[in-house]
Amino acid sequence: MIPEVAMKFQGKVATPMILEVEKGAIKKYADAVGDENGLFWDEEYGRNSRYGSIVAPPGFFGWPLKWKGTFVLMTELRNEFMKALAAEGYIRFLDAGIEYEFISPIRAGDTLTASLEIESVTGQETKAGTRIVCVNKTSYYNQFGALVTIARQTSFLSRT
Amino acid sequence: MARNLLYWEDVEVGSELPALAKTATTLMLVKWAAASADFNPLHFDLPFAESQGIGRPIVHGQLKRAWLVQLLTDWIGEEGWLKKFSCQFRGMDYPINMKSISEPAEDKVTHWCKGKVVNKSVENGEYLVECEIWVEDETGKPTTPGTATVVLPSRAG
Repeated sequence: MIPEVAMKFQGKVATPMILEVEKGAIKKYADAVGDENGLFWDEEYGRNSRYGSIVAPPGFFGWPLKWKGTFVLMTELRNEFMKALAAEGYIRFLDAGIEYEFISPIRAGDTLTASLEIESVTGQETKAGTRIVCVNKTSYYNQFGALVTIARQTSFLSRT
Repeated sequence: MARNLLYWEDVEVGSELPALAKTATTLMLVKWAAASADFNPLHFDLPFAESQGIGRPIVHGQLKRAWLVQLLTDWIGEEGWLKKFSCQFRGMDYPINMKSISEPAEDKVTHWCKGKVVNKSVENGEYLVECEIWVEDETGKPTTPGTATVVLPSRAG
């Protein structure tokens, strides 16, 4: 059994977050990965590509306009969820996996709107006890209103 | 600059993707934290990592995800499109320390990103290739398995 309070978050949608996809942030990201693909680094290469500019590596969505915290998508809703679970003793958080559907390219200079929903909250029995499995669905739209990516991120929360 | 181009017809089911070598260092993890805005202390704070029951700081799952994305984008070239991607963080991976501001304490590959083509199809005019992908550690143990679907250009136009 998982705490009742956890279930209350299922289906809740966070206030949309605005993200700027800056050229410098793309380069910093590619450098951290060790990715030397010209599409993420080289402006001339990008201009001559089918995209016409530098693009974001799949999985990079820029930086929030207004942000403080420890994760890009640590919205108030996720914060509330984590705090509510911590109060029930679920203090260990692990990123369990990610799923993406990439629909359209994200170019340097784009502004994205990220809409995060706590899609599901379920319990799973393990040798170490019950863990909470939370799936967050984030839909990213560009400045033209086009859906560019859908992400589903799975987290495990446990007591031990 | 030479442009990498891969056609759907040139891909065979069962073939392996060119493996991508990575050396996970504490420096790389710090860069990743700053570039991705993942400041979970699990990845840089020893006492915190101990308190979380994982012994010592571990490689970010999302960094391993970014390596796997690179494995695919390197392979498909810029005319290809990564359409679907998933991976699961099933095992802990550890970084090696630094001996200077730019050199790892050991000169070695710590992780390999690999993949295999499992299916080809044409759907709605898209030339699709499905792959199994994974990151394996030095012992050859896959810690981050996943799947991907890419769209490739076709010689059929």
